[in-house]
Amino acid sequence: MNRALVLIPLFPLLGFLVNVSFGRRLSKVVSGGLASAAMVASCAVAAMAVWQLSGMPVASRAIEQTVYTWISSGDLLIDLTLRVDPLSAVMILVITGIGALIHIYSTAYMHDENDSEFARYFSYLNLFAAFMLVLVLGASFPVMFVGWEGVGLCSYLLIGFWYKKKSATDAGKKAFIVNRIGDYAFILGMLLLFAQFGTLDFQQLATSISGLSPEVGAVGVLSLASLLLFVGATGKSAQIPLHVWLPDAMEGPTPVSALIHAATMVTAGVYMIGRNAVLFSHAPEALAVVAVVGALTALMAGTIGLVQNDIKRVLAYSTVSQLGYMFLAMGVGAFGAGIFHLYTHAFFKALLFLGSGAVIHALHGQQDIRHMGGLKRDLPVTYWTFLIGALAIAGVPFLSGFFSKDEILYETFHQGHVLLWVVGALTSLLTAVYMFRLVFLTFHGERAVAPAEASEETSAHHASSHEGSHSTTHLHDAPPAMAFALIVLALGSILAGYVGVPHALGGHNQLATWLAPSFEAPGAAIGAGAGAVVGEAAAGAEALELTLMAVSSLIALAGIGLAAFVWLKRRAIAQAMADAYPGLHRLLLNKYYVDELYDTAIVQPIRIGSQEALWRRFDVGVIDAAVNGTGSVVAAGADVLRRLQTGSVRAYAGSMFVGVVVVLGYYLWR
Amino acid sequence: MPETLVFYLLSGLAIVASALVIGQRNPMYSVLMLIASFGALAGLYIQLDAPFVAVAQIIIYAGAIMVLFLFVVMLLNAPTEDGADWDKAHPLQLPAVTRLGSMLAVLLVIQLAWALMEAADINGPVAGQTGAAAVSSVRQLGRTLFTDYVFAFEATSVLILVAMVGAVMLARREGERS
Amino acid sequence: MIPLSHYLLVSAILFCIGTTGVFLRRNVITILLSIEIMLNAVNLSFVAFGRQMGTVDGQIIVFFVMTVAAAEAAVGLALVIGLFRHRESLNPDAFTSLKW
Repeated sequence: MNRALVLIPLFPLLGFLVNVSFGRRLSKVVSGGLASAAMVASCAVAAMAVWQLSGMPVASRAIEQTVYTWISSGDLLIDLTLRVDPLSAVMILVITGIGALIHIYSTAYMHDENDSEFARYFSYLNLFAAFMLVLVLGASFPVMFVGWEGVGLCSYLLIGFWYKKKSATDAGKKAFIVNRIGDYAFILGMLLLFAQFGTLDFQQLATSISGLSPEVGAVGVLSLASLLLFVGATGKSAQIPLHVWLPDAMEGPTPVSALIHAATMVTAGVYMIGRNAVLFSHAPEALAVVAVVGALTALMAGTIGLVQNDIKRVLAYSTVSQLGYMFLAMGVGAFGAGIFHLYTHAFFKALLFLGSGAVIHALHGQQDIRHMGGLKRDLPVTYWTFLIGALAIAGVPFLSGFFSKDEILYETFHQGHVLLWVVGALTSLLTAVYMFRLVFLTFHGERAVAPAEASEETSAHHASSHEGSHSTTHLHDAPPAMAFALIVLALGSILAGYVGVPHALGGHNQLATWLAPSFEAPGAAIGAGAGAVVGEAAAGAEALELTLMAVSSLIALAGIGLAAFVWLKRRAIAQAMADAYPGLHRLLLNKYYVDELYDTAIVQPIRIGSQEALWRRFDVGVIDAAVNGTGSVVAAGADVLRRLQTGSVRAYAGSMFVGVVVVLGYYLWR
Repeated sequence: MPETLVFYLLSGLAIVASALVIGQRNPMYSVLMLIASFGALAGLYIQLDAPFVAVAQIIIYAGAIMVLFLFVVMLLNAPTEDGADWDKAHPLQLPAVTRLGSMLAVLLVIQLAWALMEAADINGPVAGQTGAAAVSSVRQLGRTLFTDYVFAFEATSVLILVAMVGAVMLARREGERS
Repeated sequence: MIPLSHYLLVSAILFCIGTTGVFLRRNVITILLSIEIMLNAVNLSFVAFGRQMGTVDGQIIVFFVMTVAAAEAAVGLALVIGLFRHRESLNPDAFTSLKW
């Protein structure tokens, strides 16, 4: 297995190469099938690796493969090394498994594109998978960073997939640039660590750092590096202040939103913190910042999601909010809980996005939930799977989201951060409310016909690749490929949480036990380091946990009930509230005006500065003038000097004579 | 004493002949005068214990180059010089230019005289060497030429080749193929 | 024994005569001949100096100068022939087309 690890990112990479070279000549079946097969193959290898890993003793649970020496320059030695340990095992299974499902889903969703666009889509998707796998398998910061940057690139390519649409290309650029700002901080953090410890390998760093004492109450090198890395994580995982790109990223195709902006890429920041658990554990002040930022983001995004009207925007803000939960978990030291939530979130968020994709597909591009309704009857498979996903995210007991979210909230309370727990609980309530607002507006009630669609009723012709023309009242549910993905993910949303059943309910929390070695330095005694992830021994703790579980269940059900009351029974209440507090409503609708703030404070000054000062004054005025000026000076000089060319041979001889006399005089004088 | 006499004779001949070269109107006469000058110089070379150079002078200069000049003069039927009327207005005939030229000429003469006076201190070994054989035998010349100066020698042969090709190319009539 | 300065004086005088010929004559062939005079003057001083130093290097340099002079004369005369075909004149002032 040591030599087969490279196959995990290699299969999708090969898929990318084939599709990008020959894609336009391949039929859709071949290019889509090839891409999906690459992901499935990668999943199989990943499963084998994890199987082998599980058979190894806990203390040395890692499989490593060094592909080649990448950089060897003086003291700096960086190998392209891939390492599977318990943490990356979880990640690769999530990426390849859910990735494969989304590839299969996409073969149906993107069917209306022409052959070369279809192949281009799959080539980007495969490339993304390859980079993401490199990110999580990397054994050192540089290798992880290659993946980090690569997924940022693929995100840009896929967001702007429909490049003829200006809003899509703008969104792609925004995503890339905001990411870049985070990456800058990430690089600084890497450099700081390298300067301090002389190595960038994760295991070596962990070993070096574990020998130091934690920086309590002070901000030293470790805290500074952690904060810088965290800024990079906020960029990649859309936390405050770099969260602004994720809602705009919904311009991309829906499967892209599911894969990249829900299940995998945005979780890279969380993974990074988990991978560097030892570092962050030694920087409590930085961890505090992480927790606070995570909690605030969760709350803020939840409030915004409450008033959005685009189905994908609601889900996007939901993602931001759930990521906030994950960061909150990391910030209170519950690394395992954060990864647990990452894992369950991947299932139900991907499910929700793919379900919304099915809805959009059925409605031929309609995304405004105010123009939906009553789809429960027409799209049964979509409805039931979507409902399961919504229940899971709301934290209804015994679905996956319940276990993971509850563990985070328990750990927060247990570590003494009561205020953060309150924020988390509040966000839970909001999650349930906005999620079920979405469900009720989209699937229940009567169909609210949009003005554009009303005029369509008069025309009998609909372009559809699946059936012939049909009236607007007959909608087709998800085609087989899409339905397959939805059903598998729904099953996952129900069952995935059972690997992490806490002791309080009689389970063994296998996931936490599995993950624990990854958060310690290699060779350290298991459970001796930070994190109360493994085992809550005291009975008092168990009682507390049960109490908190009951509280969160109540919150979830209350939220659902509230949403049912407003949007199922009396829709007018929502409108009345909006009218009663117009300022607040507008604030939330406009996402707290953060984009506008950035625009005035940062973007416009830079743009104007660049245009006026840098471009006009300096580039044109100084550099171009210097270059052109040199030319014109030479031309003017030549204009004068050319009069020496009199054409008279004897004049030339005369000037030679002058030269001779001068040279001779010089030598004689010396 | 006869040595000095021979020297004055030969050098006088060389100078007078050269003056006549530039003084004659007819180029044909100029060429013939120059041949005389070369002969005198060859004599001077012999006096300087350089027989090879003297013979080379006669063969190459007087024998080849001057014959070439003669051919060209006769081929072109070179007209004797006359100051054409359109010539008088030439800028180089302006008084300013003539004055500048004469001033430069005077400067040159002064510089040469100065150089000569510096060299006047270097006396002697033109007299000093014994036996002409020791210095200027052809054998000695050949040995040095083909060891110390062999690169220049080879380069010169390339130069001659190039000059030959160039001369043929340049003198062709328009449109003629060789 | 004839001192070196005498030879150098002769050389200088010949050189001046050559220079005068180059500048004052308006016949291209005469100009070329004057150039040959100048080269010869230089040859003379080389041989004189070589004799004075006791080496053959002076004569070797003269050897090369002569070769180059021959090549130059050949090419120069070819040019003269070419020029004469164009303008039917051997006056250097007649060739003024290479001007600004």
